[in-house]
Amino acid sequence: MKERLEALRREALDRLEAVADAAALNDLRVEYLGKKGKLTEILRGMGGLSAEERPVIGQVANDVRAAIEEVLANKQEAFDRAETARRLRAETIDVTLPGKAPAIGSLHPLTKVQEEIEDIFLGMGYQIAEGPEVETDYFNFEALNLPKNHPARDMQDSFYITDEILLRTHTSPVQVRTMQAANGKTPVKIICPGKVYRRDDDDATHSFMFQQIEGLVVGPNIRMSDLKGTLLQFVREMYGPQMQIRLRPSFFPFTEPGAEVDVTCAKCGGHGCRMCKHTGWIEILGCGMVHPKVLEHGGYDPTEVSGFAFGMGIERIALLKYEIDDIRHFYSNDLRFLKQFAKM
Amino acid sequence: MNVSYRWLSDYIDVSGIEPEGLAEKLTRGGIEIDAVRSRNLGVSKVVVGYVKTREKHPDADKLNVCTVDAGQGEDLQIVCGAPNVAAGQKVPVALIGAKLPGGLEIKRAKLRGVESQGMICSARELGINDKLLPKELQEGILVLPPDAAVGADAVHLLGLDDHVLELDLTPNRSDCLSLLGVAHEVSALTGRPVKLPQPERDLIEGADKTADRVSVTVQEPELCPIYSARYIRGVKIGPSPLWMQNRLIAAGIRPISNIVDITNYVMLEYGQPLHAFDAAKVAGGHIEVRLAREGETLETLDGQVRKLDPRMLVIADAEKAIALAGVMGGANSEVAPDTTEIILESAKFDGGVVRKTSRQLGLRSEASARFEKEVDPGRVAAALDRAADLMVRYAGGHAAKGAATAVAEIPVPAVIDLALSRANGLLGTELSALEVQTLLARLGFHAESAKDGLWRVTVPTRRGDIRREVDLIEEVARLHGYDEIPTTPIEGPTTTGALTTAQAIRRELRTTLTRAGLSEAISYSVTSPERASMFAELAQGARPIALAMPMSEERSVLRTTMLPGLLEAAAYNLSRKNGDVALLEIGSVYHTQEESLTRLPHEKPRLSILLAGHLRPAGWNRKAEPVDFYDAKGLLEAAFARLGMGELVDYEAASPDGFHPGRTAAVKLRAGHGSETIGYVGQLHPELQRAFDLPDAFAAEIELAPVYESANRRILYRTLPKFPSAERDLAVVVDDAVTGGALTEAVRKAAGELLESVSVFDVYAGERLGQGRKSVALAMVYRHADRTLTDEEVADVHSRVLAELEQSFGAELRK
Repeated sequence: MKERLEALRREALDRLEAVADAAALNDLRVEYLGKKGKLTEILRGMGGLSAEERPVIGQVANDVRAAIEEVLANKQEAFDRAETARRLRAETIDVTLPGKAPAIGSLHPLTKVQEEIEDIFLGMGYQIAEGPEVETDYFNFEALNLPKNHPARDMQDSFYITDEILLRTHTSPVQVRTMQAANGKTPVKIICPGKVYRRDDDDATHSFMFQQIEGLVVGPNIRMSDLKGTLLQFVREMYGPQMQIRLRPSFFPFTEPGAEVDVTCAKCGGHGCRMCKHTGWIEILGCGMVHPKVLEHGGYDPTEVSGFAFGMGIERIALLKYEIDDIRHFYSNDLRFLKQFAKM
Repeated sequence: MNVSYRWLSDYIDVSGIEPEGLAEKLTRGGIEIDAVRSRNLGVSKVVVGYVKTREKHPDADKLNVCTVDAGQGEDLQIVCGAPNVAAGQKVPVALIGAKLPGGLEIKRAKLRGVESQGMICSARELGINDKLLPKELQEGILVLPPDAAVGADAVHLLGLDDHVLELDLTPNRSDCLSLLGVAHEVSALTGRPVKLPQPERDLIEGADKTADRVSVTVQEPELCPIYSARYIRGVKIGPSPLWMQNRLIAAGIRPISNIVDITNYVMLEYGQPLHAFDAAKVAGGHIEVRLAREGETLETLDGQVRKLDPRMLVIADAEKAIALAGVMGGANSEVAPDTTEIILESAKFDGGVVRKTSRQLGLRSEASARFEKEVDPGRVAAALDRAADLMVRYAGGHAAKGAATAVAEIPVPAVIDLALSRANGLLGTELSALEVQTLLARLGFHAESAKDGLWRVTVPTRRGDIRREVDLIEEVARLHGYDEIPTTPIEGPTTTGALTTAQAIRRELRTTLTRAGLSEAISYSVTSPERASMFAELAQGARPIALAMPMSEERSVLRTTMLPGLLEAAAYNLSRKNGDVALLEIGSVYHTQEESLTRLPHEKPRLSILLAGHLRPAGWNRKAEPVDFYDAKGLLEAAFARLGMGELVDYEAASPDGFHPGRTAAVKLRAGHGSETIGYVGQLHPELQRAFDLPDAFAAEIELAPVYESANRRILYRTLPKFPSAERDLAVVVDDAVTGGALTEAVRKAAGELLESVSVFDVYAGERLGQGRKSVALAMVYRHADRTLTDEEVADVHSRVLAELEQSFGAELRK
């Protein structure tokens, strides 16, 4: 009987060795180890063995079973692995094909620039003030030291609606509105972004409608050096810590002293390039100390308080920042243009 | 204002300061120099030649063969095509090896078989702006004065060895509309003295008196505080000296004749416009400054007949108007080639009246540009004398003694107090009294020190822009140098910066909608009247506000609604094959009920969106779904949800103008006790789509002011449910007219508080259901906060719901 068991082991192991697939493996399992399998069949003859032989043969039978089971298990695992590998291979996809991105829109470049500037000044403790685009002659001109028939009004050709009402030519009227609303309180620290309108023929650098950001600080002992300090901080937050500013005397009826401000050309770092016309500087804003007459219109006594103001064109900043060649793109609403600004 | 560097050096020593360096100094001092141009655009080896003979070219009709003495030892044979070349002329000759602007180099050449040893040049070939020259010189060669020395360098003779500084003046610095003004500025910047012309010393007067020849009456002394005239006889009209013409051309002024050129020359020199009348044409030798009469006309020097009105100031003789004061002379008193006697005018006219007249007539001149900004009353007399002196020298005239003058106001310099403490306080500087004193002296301002750090400053009349202490402080600051002002932080209490609710909401709307795939547009606030009336309900009965002088009909009124701008943008994009349009805009519309504005209109902030095509493009594994009403509505729902007000907004079928009547909802906001329409969302009317060449487009426009009021940014935590929910679906067949909103509302009412949510998850219409019927499938979630619902409880409430739907809508349970 022992011989039969050993023969069975050899036979089973030989056949298992040759088995090629999981189904055949299962057939062999049934054939040798199943309830009606060959091993069972041999063990049925155990009844005829002596009490001494029985444990010995039992041990042999267990060894044979274990040997076959081990090979079966190994084979099964190998087949499973191969099956998994095959299935995974079959599931392979082309990862280079495009994904299903959600639609992503874009903020308008002028909005992006405006918010960037707003955020810098919010961080510096400024409020954002707003005023009407349809303005009175008083707030747009008179209160800003631009009386009727003043030649400086030629600097800004206006769209009048009536003799006394016009589209504002700058955001500066918000200065006086804010001062009047502050009712003599200080400090006033605001910026005011918004649309403005001038009778200009549109071309690559002019748009009859454009946007400005105005800044105003009024308080006791506000100095021109504070204006320089504020602008330097702004410019460095906007463009980087290496930036310098340069003030040139200039004229705005509502400031005295007045200045235009150049910043280091961001493209060439001040070494000179085509963008800065090889000067190393780019003019980006106008500023000055608030004219005493404007303070008076705002309800302040110019001997008690002083102030500074500055203003810049958002388009100009955006043109420079994104190196855009034509201001008209901002208002064409061409999606091929707008979508270029979908980045953070 | 264009300033010749060489001319400027007549009045101030600029040695050691190159034109570029001078420009930089001026710019940094506040007089912006736009450009520095060399007058020599690349001319060399061009000399004065004398045309000895001129013969016709044997083989070319239009060419001449000239023998020219150019001081080269031997005469040159030069072929010249200009029609005006003639024997006996002095002309500019480009020698062999000469260079001309544009890189042209003159070589020995044969023209139709005849050798040419150089070229006789036109003004344009020498890089001179020949638009300022007479026509015959534009078409032919430049003819030089007979006294030009043969062989002399033409570059020097024509003043091309010079630079022109182009000043971009701010309106306050009209003092620099003159060479002398610029010289004073350079003096302030460099500390070098100004050399003034001294006409009062140089002018030689005759024995006859101006007063015997000319009388002056000023009827409007307020509009003409100073009027002064001189009488000059025996002038011989001819060209002015070449150097004077060169300077005028450098300044961009056309040389005309000695008399006219001298008036222009002195205007550029002093900033004081002058006018020369032909005395023979001034009736009675009488000059009257008065307002124009109703219906009066005057032909101005440009040949136009001008209709005058009584707001305009004129110069008249005993009979008629002869000039528009400060703007332009009249043809009827113009200096002509046969003129021999001159009445020369120098005056100060009020800037306002000149400005108004010039605007009204659309007539601007070098003179009006200066008067508008107020000329220096202190220079009226000096300029008159200077011009008279030049007319004696260069026009053979004899100046009669004295001037006929009417002065209403003797110019007095302003006296202004300046305190050192206030200067330093405003600038943030620590200037010393000595420094300030020195800067004032450089400006040529007399400063009398009352006590330490306090001055009485006398400002010369040439600087009419300086009226207050701050103006002086600015002068001090700019001469000291803005770079020298320190950089300081603002002192005083700290302030906090924060967005207002409205500002934060606008940012949120932009963020939500751009993240949902929309791109932000910005449209013009002005539009056409037609577009302003396209969406009546959105315009809310506002009258479009018209610009008084629009640039075009397309941009003539303020927008009353936002959508036309986006429609235009959509059409623009579609015509450029950007087929998928998803835009948003936040901006204002302008509403008034007034026919003519007497007060400011309401500026209403609004949100608008427009969708056409697909919101997401097709991919290799996905079809693109065309946008529909529910995309547009969904965007609004998402936006309102972000603002914490989704629950407050209802959508009701509506048919406003411009929208598809069956596919549009009024957006209603429940606030306070009522509900108000704050906008519309829907498909655009097919006719409108056709008019703009659009496919099906879906749009919304929402009033933002009520949104600002109702937005709720507060977040309050709600306990998470502890017990399971029971979910049940229900499909009912109802009439087409029954809305999903009505069904869900009925479900809510019938189910009561056990209902957690109800939503429509399918709508189906098909033949099997019968005409005019549809099936609506609803998903209900029931839940009790404190225990698990039993099947019986759920079945009970669910059957109540069904009963309600059957009763209210004739709904049948779909099997």
